[in-house]
Amino acid sequence: MRKIKKHFAFNPDEQVMDMDIEKLRFGTELVKRGFAKMQKGGVIMDVTTPEQAAVAEEAGAVAVMALHKVPADIRASGGVARMADPKKIQEIMDAVTIPVMAKVRIGHYAEAKALESLGVDMIDESEVLTPADPFYHIDKRKFTVPFVCGARSLGEAVRRIWEGTAMIRTKGEAGTGNVVEAVRHMRLINHAIMLLRSVDDDSVFRLAETYSKAYLRLPSGINEEFELKKDFCGDEIVYEEYSLNEIIDGLFDVLKEIKKLGRLPVVNFAAGGIATPADAAFMMQLGADGVFVGSGIFKSSNPELYARAIVEAVEHYDEPDVVAEVSKGLGEPMKGLDVSDLELQLQERGI
Amino acid sequence: MRVAVVGVQGDVEEHVVITRKALENLGIDGEVQAVRKSGVVSKSDAVIIPGGESTTISKLIWRDGIASEILELAKSGHPIMGTCAGLIVISKYGDEQVRKTGTKLLGLLDARIRRNAFGRQRESFEALLDIDEIGRYNAIFIRAPVIEEVGEGVRILARFEDRIVAAREKNILGLSFHPELTDDTRIHEYFLDMV
Repeated sequence: MRKIKKHFAFNPDEQVMDMDIEKLRFGTELVKRGFAKMQKGGVIMDVTTPEQAAVAEEAGAVAVMALHKVPADIRASGGVARMADPKKIQEIMDAVTIPVMAKVRIGHYAEAKALESLGVDMIDESEVLTPADPFYHIDKRKFTVPFVCGARSLGEAVRRIWEGTAMIRTKGEAGTGNVVEAVRHMRLINHAIMLLRSVDDDSVFRLAETYSKAYLRLPSGINEEFELKKDFCGDEIVYEEYSLNEIIDGLFDVLKEIKKLGRLPVVNFAAGGIATPADAAFMMQLGADGVFVGSGIFKSSNPELYARAIVEAVEHYDEPDVVAEVSKGLGEPMKGLDVSDLELQLQERGI
Repeated sequence: MRVAVVGVQGDVEEHVVITRKALENLGIDGEVQAVRKSGVVSKSDAVIIPGGESTTISKLIWRDGIASEILELAKSGHPIMGTCAGLIVISKYGDEQVRKTGTKLLGLLDARIRRNAFGRQRESFEALLDIDEIGRYNAIFIRAPVIEEVGEGVRILARFEDRIVAAREKNILGLSFHPELTDDTRIHEYFLDMV
C-alpha cells in the first residue's frame, strides 16, 4: 500500500504523520454533512478581528465567520464586496479553536479554492458579497471542504443541496437587524415542505422540472440569439458536466428525500437580520437548527453580553423565562433598517 | 430504561434516533430524552454526551447544572458515553487548546486528549476501524480528538494509525468518532449493554 506524508495544518510543529491513504476517505457527503450537524443548536458569529473571534468563542459560539466587514458595513459602504483578505482569515483561524468559516462570492470557484487551500472549515457561498457569476452557483461536490448556502424558497434550497451544499441558511436580509425576511424565508420553506408531503410523485417530478429551469438561463439566452428552439433536449449539457435530465433526476431525488424526512436533508440555519436573543429564539421556534448572527453582536453596544445572551437564548429557545432573563439590560441592539426602505436587497442575488 | 442525551448543543437528535433504534433491536423497553435543563439526568440510567463544539457544550452544562448531575450519576456506576466533543468533555486531562479556552472537563475517563488531532475540517475523514468487542466498523472523524495517554484502569478498544480512538474505563465509554452519524447501531447496543 502507498504511504503518504501528510502535513496537518493545525499543529504545524509536530503533526507530520504517516497515513494510509487507501483507508481514508476525505470530504465524503457524510463527513461534510456531519460537520454541519455538529453546529446544531449553536450560534455562528460574524467577526472581523482575532479579538472579536476570541469574544465569540468565550461567549460559547460554535463557529465564527471571518469577514473583512460585517454586512451592515458592507451595505453602508457600497462597492464590490469580495472574499476577505486571507491574511486576516488566517489570523482569526490562529486565534480560536472553534471552526472558522469564510464567505466567497456566488459562483467564484477561484476564491473558494483559495479558501479551501487556506484550510477554512466551511465556505459560505454568500449573497452578502457581490455575485461573481450571473448564471451559476459553484458545483460544491468538487470540494473537500463543506459549504453553506443561502435560500429563501424550497426551490433555491433544493438546487443548492443538489449542488452539494452541506448546510442551508435562510438568506433573510443581511445587515438590517430586521428579522422579517429570515422569518419569511423560514416560513416559505416550511410551508412548501408541508405541501410537498401531501402530493404524489408525479407532482414532485413536475416540481423538479420547474426547479431545473434556473439552470437554463444562460443556454436559453444564447439559443434565442441563434434563433434556435426554446425547448431543450434532456441530454443537452447545461451546467458543469450535467445534462438537463441529470439535473432534473438529481433535483427529484432531493425532493423525494425531503418528502420522506419532512425536513431538509441537511442542517438548516437561520440568518440575515437576527439582532436580539428573542429574534434568535423565535427562529429556533420556527424550526431552525441554529442561528447565524452577523452584524447583531459587534454592532450592539455590549458585544460580550449580547453574544452570551444569544447563545443562551438559542439553547433555551422554548423557555420564555430564560429568554426574558438573558434579554434584561443588554443595552442598545444594532440600529435596524426597514426592509422596504432598502435600495439594494441582497436576498435577490443567486437563485 | 431511561437514556438521557445531553442536548445543550451538537448532533443531539442523531443520538436520540439511533439510541431508540438500538433499544428496539435489543428488545428493551426504554425512553430516550434530549436534556437542556437540570433535573433529568439524575433520574436516568445512562447518559450520552454528543458531538458538537466542546467549548460550547462544556460551558453550557456547567452553567445549567447538568455537569454536576452527570458526575453524581457516573459515581453511582451508571454508564456515560462521550463521542468526539463528548469524549473531550468526559476526559480528565486536556491539551493546550483545552487550557487556552478554559474548557472545564468532567474528569470521568482517566485519559489525556488532544483536540483537532488530525487537523481542521479539510482533514476530516471516514475510515474502517477494528474495535474490540464490536468488530470492523466504519468510523466518521470530524475535526476529531484522539486519546494520547490513558491511566491504568482504562481499556483501549480501538486505535487508528497507532492513536487511541476508543477507550473504556468501567462505566465510562469514550470515542473520537461519531457512531450516531451512521445507521450502524452496534456501538449504541454495546453501550446499552453496560447499563
